[in-house]
Amino acid sequence: MSTADTFRQADAALKKKRAWHWLEYVFWLAVAATVFLFPSQHTLLTQIAIWSLFALSLDLLLGYAGIVSLGHAAYFGFGAYVAALFAINFTGEPLTVLLVAGIAAGLLGLVTSLLVLRGSDLTRLMVTLGIALVMYELANQMSWLTGGADGLTGMPVNPVFGVFPISFRPTNSYIYVLCVLFVLFVVARRIVHSPFGYSLRAIKGNPLRASSIGISTNRRLIAVYALGAAYAGVAGALLAQTTPVVSLTYIDFQRSADVLLMLIIGGTGYLYGGIVGSALFLIAQKFIGNVTPQYWEFWIGFALVVIALFARDRGVFSIIERVANALRKEKAKP
Amino acid sequence: MNALETVDLEKRFGGIVPTNSVSLRVREGARHALIGPNGAGKTTLINLLTGVLRPSKGKVKLGGGDITNLKPHQRVARGITRTFQINQLFADLSPLESIALVIGEREKQGARFWRAFGGDEAIAREAASLAQQFGLADVIGERTSSLPYGKQRQLEIALAIAGKPRVLLLDEPAAGVPEAERHEILETVAALPKDVTVLLIEHDMDIVFGFADRISVLVEGKLLVEGDPKEIQNDPRVRAVYLGEGAGD
Repeated sequence: MSTADTFRQADAALKKKRAWHWLEYVFWLAVAATVFLFPSQHTLLTQIAIWSLFALSLDLLLGYAGIVSLGHAAYFGFGAYVAALFAINFTGEPLTVLLVAGIAAGLLGLVTSLLVLRGSDLTRLMVTLGIALVMYELANQMSWLTGGADGLTGMPVNPVFGVFPISFRPTNSYIYVLCVLFVLFVVARRIVHSPFGYSLRAIKGNPLRASSIGISTNRRLIAVYALGAAYAGVAGALLAQTTPVVSLTYIDFQRSADVLLMLIIGGTGYLYGGIVGSALFLIAQKFIGNVTPQYWEFWIGFALVVIALFARDRGVFSIIERVANALRKEKAKP
Repeated sequence: MNALETVDLEKRFGGIVPTNSVSLRVREGARHALIGPNGAGKTTLINLLTGVLRPSKGKVKLGGGDITNLKPHQRVARGITRTFQINQLFADLSPLESIALVIGEREKQGARFWRAFGGDEAIAREAASLAQQFGLADVIGERTSSLPYGKQRQLEIALAIAGKPRVLLLDEPAAGVPEAERHEILETVAALPKDVTVLLIEHDMDIVFGFADRISVLVEGKLLVEGDPKEIQNDPRVRAVYLGEGAGD
């Protein structure tokens, strides 16, 4: 094979890797179709879309950079409180509010990353958990600002671009949240397919080698941590804009744990895992939870054990793939 | 002119001194081998040269400039890269992606987040030609973890070369390579660009004497002797501590 052939092959391989797969188009068309197909479920779908963005933000850390976090709600909650306070005190223009919340959460991520990125996985787990607990208690104690246990109400939400009202309109809210999710997804997709994104994969795969080929591992990790925090902050702001009250549940441990669960269920490191995982999680929660709440905990625990043991990378898809492979082998037998 | 130099380099771990006032000089363009029995402190010395460890005393100089206080990635930018005795590769990336990543970092494009990885044609071309050169053309898009060991070993060296180093540290390049694939690795090592200074850390005497024009012998953390292959081969002290002992393996 000549060098020119090798280059053509290489170029094609790299292009294919970053090009949109047809299944991705199908996926997003299906997502758009939910607006028309399930008009009575827009409230649930809005929740799913917001959790999707939140899980996506965690995927940037865990799936691409290998940073384990048990306190990601710190940035989600911080973004929500910033959004509410900014809207109450300055302007309810929704996109400005999202931007401010994202920047604020990103800055918090930047500062706290210096604590998180020291040490091993266990240290990181404990530090992220600790930061979230501290943030929770701050929100609880500073009730003059945050409303404490009562929460924060009365946040104005103007129409988007002055013409598209979303306040107390489930369908419009859903469309708005979906659009934000889609745009931020496209941005994240572009970032993970950039040289920066590949350097994160390298750091996750082999930090020793990554620094031996000249990557400043700390700086890259700080950058992605801040990015993940900013995304989480926007997700928090979206929830604040589409629900009447910002409360301590935005920032509690349950939320950090749930988002990690959703991401693991959907699978890490391919950006769709957070969306699929939160959809499965919330739909299952609604339907199983309707029958008997105890069963919900049982099944989610069961699913978690199965996925953690057999399908860490691609979540439910790994299981489907395994079953499909097993069936194919069975068929191939004479 | 010395490409790489250590001045009175010392590393202590409590009462143990794995590197004891080592003053090593590697000339520009040399094929220099560092040998020594197990436990002589070769690994510690590499870690001191690459910045994984900080010395307790002494200096490391690259092309005359002091790099003692630089972090590993900063030393790479100054022109020193290494391979590992045990493969340190990116299992989930392909050889092409791994090599392109190194080239991108070398060209200071690694932090770009709004460009497509592989979108720079010059980088993709260089990566393809390196893959070709290291016999990886036929597996260029495969996952690294699925490659045969010999190919992984080639990639290990390709990644270090892709950084266009002035000084390359080769840590037992043929370690673990099956006999049948061994000659390919040795050919690769022999064909390394002449303007790259190579410091080879090696156990295998055939490789050392086939490759090096200069040899330093490290024993118990100290440089015992340095010379050309003939001098080393005939040095009674070296025979006593190393060759005699190593003749069995």
